[in-house]
Amino acid sequence: MIYIQYILVIFLVICAISVCVTKNLLVSLIIFTAYSLVMSVIWLFIESPDLAITEAAVGAGITSILFFITLVKVDKMDEGEAKDD
Amino acid sequence: MFVKELVINFYETAAIIVFGIGFVTLLLNRNIIKKIIGFNFMDTAIYLFLASKGYIAGRIAPILAEGTDPTVYQKAVNGVLTNVPTVEKYINPIPAGLVLTGIVVSVSFTAFFLALAVRLYREYHTLDLHEIISIMNKEENKE
Repeated sequence: MIYIQYILVIFLVICAISVCVTKNLLVSLIIFTAYSLVMSVIWLFIESPDLAITEAAVGAGITSILFFITLVKVDKMDEGEAKDD
Repeated sequence: MFVKELVINFYETAAIIVFGIGFVTLLLNRNIIKKIIGFNFMDTAIYLFLASKGYIAGRIAPILAEGTDPTVYQKAVNGVLTNVPTVEKYINPIPAGLVLTGIVVSVSFTAFFLALAVRLYREYHTLDLHEIISIMNKEENKE
């Protein structure tokens, strides 16, 4: 069981590094969502199921939806600008 | 010796590493959304550190099962079933309670940051912080 926890923790670090390195915003957001889901599994392993539920609903759900809404809004503004030109 | 302690407390080690990476993302990336993601990494790293401080190896989450005495539980000590206080069965739930508050607060913080980023984009038509600062400087010089 301890080896699964090692793998999950190493996955966290790799996710953080790859978000720092990638240029594409959408890719980095998807990696961030994966990071949140793995984090919720880690909460289960350190015996805090309430935190696991909250992280899965709020960290992976609402936060990534907020980020995606922001990206969509920014893209729409770009298109409107192109039509104006 | 030092490395062995780092491996034993690997949750704390990983939390500090992820905090460092999040801080680097926050400082060195020009894109505002990347900066907000880095801030989120720092948040979750601190929550992992706090919650792993409350974790005691071999104990379970403080959730009572139905039909058990909440103050004592039976445990085999030297082959004999004896009554042990329940405190020795459960992990420390106080850091988990604090972290629960922190997760919710961090979401509202993220929403606020993203709203500010959208307003900045509407004003300057870019998410690059350096470009925004240079445009602001140009406008100041015009005035």
